[in-house]
Amino acid sequence: MSDVNRLPAPFGRLIDRSETVSFDFEGRTISGFKGDTIASALCANDQWMISRSFKYHRPRGVLTMAGQDANTLVQLADEPNCLADKYPAKNGLKVKAQNYFGSFDNDMARVVELVHRFLPVGFYYKTFNEKKQSWSFWEPIVRAMTGLGAIDPKADFHESYYDKQYLFADVAVIGGGPAGLAAAQAAAEAGAEVILIEENVALGGSLGYARFDAEGVRASRQLGDFERVLAGTKGVEIMTGTICSGLFSDNWIPLIKGNRFYKLRAKSIVVATGSIEQPAVFRNNDLPGVIMASAAQRLIRLYGVRPGRKAVILAANDDAYGAALDLIDAGLTVAAIADLRPTVPQTPLVAAVAARGIEILAGHGISEALYSAKTHISGAVLAPVTGEGTLGGGGKSVACDLILMSVGFSPAGQLLHHAGAKFGYCRQSDMFQPVELPAKVHAAGSVNNVYDLGAVIADGKRAGLAAAKDAGLNVASVPAAITEKGNVGRTHPWPIFPHDRGFDFVDFDEDLKYHDLINGIADGYDNVELLKRYSTVGMGPSQGRHSAVTSVRIVSRETGVDIAGMSVTTQRPPYTPEKFGHLAGRVFDPGRRTAMHHRHLELGAQMMPAGVWWRPAYYGGKADRTNAIETEVKAVRENVGLIDVSTLGGLDVRGPDAAEFLNRMYTFSYTKQPIGRSRYVLMTDNAGVITDDGVACRFHDEHFYVTATTSGVDAVYRQMLFWNAQWRLDVDVANVTAALCGVNIAGPKSRQVLQKVCTDIDLSPEGFPYMGVKMGTVAGIPARLMRVGFVGELGYEIHVPAGFGEALWDELMEAGKPEGIRPFGVEAQRVLRLEKGHIIVSQDTDGLTNVWEADMPWALAKTKPFFVGGRSTEIMGKMKLARKLVGFTLKDSGDPCPEECHLVLKGEEIVGRITSAVKSPSVGKVVGLAYVHGDDSAPGTEFTIKVQGGRRITGVVTKYPFYDPENKRQEM
Amino acid sequence: MIPAFVPLKILRYGFRKKYPAERFIPKQQDLKKSYDVVIIGGGGHALACAYYLAKTHGITNVCILERGYLAGGNTARNTAIIRSNYLTPEGVRFYEQSLNLYRDFSQELDFNILYSERGHFTLAHTDAAVRTSRWRAEVNKQLGVDSELIYPDEIARLCPHLNMSDHVRYPIMGALYHPPGSIARHDAVAWAYARGAAKLGVEIHQQTPVTGLIVENGTIKGVQTSRGTVYANRVMQAVAGNTSVVAKMAGFRLPIKTIPLQACVSVPLKPFLDQIIVSGSLHVYVSQSSRGELVMGGSTDPYGLYGTRSTLDFKEGLLGHMLELLPMLGEVKVMRQWAGMTDMTPDFSPVMGLTPVKNYYIDSGWGTWGFKATPVCGMTMAHTIANDSPHDLIKPFYLDRFVDYQQVGEKGAASVGH
Ligand SMILES: Cc1cc2nc3c(=O)[nH]c(=O)nc-3n(C[C@H](O)[C@H](O)[C@H](O)COP(=O)(O)OP(=O)(O)OC[C@H]3O[C@@H](n4cnc5c(N)ncnc54)[C@H](O)[C@@H]3O)c2cc1C
Repeated sequence: MSDVNRLPAPFGRLIDRSETVSFDFEGRTISGFKGDTIASALCANDQWMISRSFKYHRPRGVLTMAGQDANTLVQLADEPNCLADKYPAKNGLKVKAQNYFGSFDNDMARVVELVHRFLPVGFYYKTFNEKKQSWSFWEPIVRAMTGLGAIDPKADFHESYYDKQYLFADVAVIGGGPAGLAAAQAAAEAGAEVILIEENVALGGSLGYARFDAEGVRASRQLGDFERVLAGTKGVEIMTGTICSGLFSDNWIPLIKGNRFYKLRAKSIVVATGSIEQPAVFRNNDLPGVIMASAAQRLIRLYGVRPGRKAVILAANDDAYGAALDLIDAGLTVAAIADLRPTVPQTPLVAAVAARGIEILAGHGISEALYSAKTHISGAVLAPVTGEGTLGGGGKSVACDLILMSVGFSPAGQLLHHAGAKFGYCRQSDMFQPVELPAKVHAAGSVNNVYDLGAVIADGKRAGLAAAKDAGLNVASVPAAITEKGNVGRTHPWPIFPHDRGFDFVDFDEDLKYHDLINGIADGYDNVELLKRYSTVGMGPSQGRHSAVTSVRIVSRETGVDIAGMSVTTQRPPYTPEKFGHLAGRVFDPGRRTAMHHRHLELGAQMMPAGVWWRPAYYGGKADRTNAIETEVKAVRENVGLIDVSTLGGLDVRGPDAAEFLNRMYTFSYTKQPIGRSRYVLMTDNAGVITDDGVACRFHDEHFYVTATTSGVDAVYRQMLFWNAQWRLDVDVANVTAALCGVNIAGPKSRQVLQKVCTDIDLSPEGFPYMGVKMGTVAGIPARLMRVGFVGELGYEIHVPAGFGEALWDELMEAGKPEGIRPFGVEAQRVLRLEKGHIIVSQDTDGLTNVWEADMPWALAKTKPFFVGGRSTEIMGKMKLARKLVGFTLKDSGDPCPEECHLVLKGEEIVGRITSAVKSPSVGKVVGLAYVHGDDSAPGTEFTIKVQGGRRITGVVTKYPFYDPENKRQEM
Repeated sequence: MIPAFVPLKILRYGFRKKYPAERFIPKQQDLKKSYDVVIIGGGGHALACAYYLAKTHGITNVCILERGYLAGGNTARNTAIIRSNYLTPEGVRFYEQSLNLYRDFSQELDFNILYSERGHFTLAHTDAAVRTSRWRAEVNKQLGVDSELIYPDEIARLCPHLNMSDHVRYPIMGALYHPPGSIARHDAVAWAYARGAAKLGVEIHQQTPVTGLIVENGTIKGVQTSRGTVYANRVMQAVAGNTSVVAKMAGFRLPIKTIPLQACVSVPLKPFLDQIIVSGSLHVYVSQSSRGELVMGGSTDPYGLYGTRSTLDFKEGLLGHMLELLPMLGEVKVMRQWAGMTDMTPDFSPVMGLTPVKNYYIDSGWGTWGFKATPVCGMTMAHTIANDSPHDLIKPFYLDRFVDYQQVGEKGAASVGH
């Protein structure tokens, strides 16, 4: 019984009958042809019901065949909410319907429909709140009912392939119907490089499925003409099967084709996206068998599928008669045409239909679609129109299995909305239309309220030329706007016929009936935006394509506000739902590795993220963590260790004003800093908050090499550029963080090791004292050397061009072999520095720490007139300190080591916290830094720490450094 | 058990012939010449304030002036996350009071705001983030708020969908778990306050922008609107993204920048994500709404702007990171994106209370995190206006704290989490 509804060629422009495909739908094998969509194949196989609706679980089938409605959303094995009327039928697909409980045919949740009277608009706001527990009881039940498709929790995006590509064009034309084709042609002929984007697999738009003349030849002839001309036109790149999902500022255009996400920058744009046929409201207008006239035409002409056997057409325009002729040509019976208009104009199409003996009932509407089994309609009740939205009683029923709605259109203006266009109501055509377009964006064709085919083509040409001109091409003259648009009498102002017994849907996605809107308005939500939010009209997957205009009409009538002053609710991107995978692409979020990265891995390092970098935390297995860190600490204290410090920020500040610049950027004074010496740098912001630290090495009168913290350097660099844009000092700042890499060789034996590979520098304590800096070579590599004391031992930081990093590491490791050199990681370094009481900015400081709280007034230059944050620092210096950073040890050595950020309490009041703490291997007890109350900062003062489990222990304020208080070791 | 919960109220809709409409939002009236209190802005904060002015303080001659439609600003645009796991004691106390008001909201205002406790997870991908999480957890616990720092095993158990692999760009090292973290229907909160206030006599005027302020001798006298001048004894502004613009009309400046914040939702999915997940390092957060949509957002845009246009960059960055956390979502689709204008302060705490202009009050600096504070803002601002003196809970948020070096630093708890 497969393919019972398949029509013979030449119907079915898009299908290739030589190749069959078959797939599974709800356990049924469906066969179709290559070129079919899932939905067209289902229809061909007489499977009309495709989904269950959101709230009432009513059967739903195709509505538009254009990917514009939520009725055809189906579940694929790996993709929820897939548009069946767009998705190509493929062999082996497993397709399931969505949103049912039990079986698709016998959805248990359809009982919800029976209680619809008890579920008025916004009912969930009005109930389930009787008692405090009511909602917690009902919520899981309500929640379980919501949603459409389901995800596969085991799916992994990383296993699929998505990527991105950039495109550029003079003119982007969106929409490959007659307007878009004409625009592309005109722009290209004017010399523009054009990209023509068409969502469907074939160009043509309405030329591919609609009927413009009684003979039914004009459309294909016109399309043939376009194809011929375009084939001979240079400069048009055609992208079919490509969805333009939005228009962003500065003509930034996302396009989706296959698994690729394109980002197109166009100098100007023509939007020729056409219009969306609008449904009528009557009872059961949602059931399978009630479809748009254009959907029937698409089924017939594009897919060769007979949309039914016997049809009734609800008409309000000439297009209905084109559709009637198509049905007849395809062998269907047209039982009757109910035309809402009191008199039907005798156009050639109407005449042709009349000539075929079809009954045309002028001034009639449909009050109700009938069904025997709800999965498909079986008849229509036709009744005379007695007023706006009212029908006379005692309508006559006509048996049919298909109802076409051809009552009007609305511009497919989403993209124009995204771009910021304004829409207004056109009284002549009873449609909204763009009334104000942004610069370099043009609209053409029916999206621009132009309907007559000749006029559409002329409008396309006009827009194409205007766009080419915008793109800077030489266009002699752009034709004036089209005046004869052929838009009058296309759209009925009130195709809305509510029914006493309801199920007269305004919004199919959200299952909203006419009275839901009326009641929402009565509840006080009497403008379209509020009504949308309250009733959820237009919030479903099709984003109001078929409900927005109807709801504006209803609000206008109910409130008496003239529709001409109203607008539809704001349309927001995307135009069609975009997959996360498309937006994510290859996810370019690189982690930075130092030049010595592989050496760390070879040595068994555990790597940890540090800002944008990866750094070795310690060397050894995870289970051995504590031990490994202790061994590394010991190596540095007693012998010699090597740490990769490449991630440290490096900034070269050069120029006659370099010292003055640093004076202003940092708290210290640098004017008199001798060449060959380094000095601590501490940065504060305008509010006096500490933001970074490091050292400034003076290699030359006009050259400082300034270090910054790993995670802070980018911000420091930005600040430097920001301020100097105002100061205009004669300096140049270069961020050389990644250009240089470096190591710190530290420990009592570091000199001994370094001497072996560094012969052009006097390394003696006198020749190269603590805080000295020098340039020279290490193992033949040009290097900047600094004697620094972060870990509190004799040590040298050696910075070399990044390309030499691995060689430097190898040479030092080799040279240090006899001394038993050990690499050490960030964790050991943290311990070492804490034993010395050196702060880490952002660990021991926070978003509000000032110089006084950090107990670092020694870092302030007393006499200089200005530095960023200086004024704030000065003011705060006169204020009483609420808290202060102090060193501490524990009163009871049996107490556990507090963790970072355990609280310091005074009574029950929070006065501070532990910022760093460690059981020090070198000192043999717990040492740390903590904020304590300003009154409690004198050494020897005891304070309360709240540790794990809420236990309180006593800390004692202690002077630091905890290790080598005289700093003898680093100055050896 | 079940019968106690049968929603009896629903029956009256089904069994009545005529729909028993009740106006939640009053019909537009004529503006009076003067009011006791005029509130500029018709968002959640303004409506809540009006409600408490009438309810708690008996001040009912109150008028709300909203330039667009009711609560169509950030109240309509936020992602409805409610929590109290902040960093500073001042903040924690304040937000916890809001949660308390929220917990009884649906009964007190007889309006179900779909308040739903989901559990809130702030993921930590760096040492620093683990530290901040512990800090917050400790402060929270000390103040009686349910929060805990948890580690990967526990995270995996509670959020089975998260990608806990070590081999990703930002492995998950810990999380701040806050069981009371909730979502609610944002619009409903505003509507409930609107109805509550209107019932007590408050006037609500939509489509009525305030275009100027009348200040004489440093005292507010009234406001100019598109519909004429309105006099008032006291005036409050609660205009979110337009805070600085309106304050300028009053003649003072604020340390506030307006920066867009964007968000998006997916096509509805069957429920699978019960928790609210936030990642500071990845700049993303996500929860699944009662409609089945994934509601997603990140941090503010990189630049200031008085505009609400969406960008593509936002989505690309957001979804890239989202798939790092939840790799099963590659085929899920974004249905809609939008933006709001947020009024950001330097310390990520609000600016509330008195202003340099006498009888003129401000509720601002709500940035990206003010939905959750809607009830407590209403309550404390109503108190402040009624007594011309700030409520204790908002004293730390006074305007001059930026001059007094008394900032209330919440950046660590508010930048992505909202
Ligand atoms: C995308 C996004 C996500 C967010 N997520 C969260 C979240 O998850 N959790 C959370 O707690 N917070 C969140 N927020 C923040 C939250 O939305 C706001 O802080 C809060 O809604 C502010 O409420 P409001 O009533 O002060 O402002 P609004 O609701 O913006 O109300 C201000 C009103 O003032 C009106 N107005 C402005 N100027 C004038 C004038 N001159 N005359 C008259 N009226 C005027 C505006 O039209 C507007 O309606 C988010 C914000 C955004 C944008």
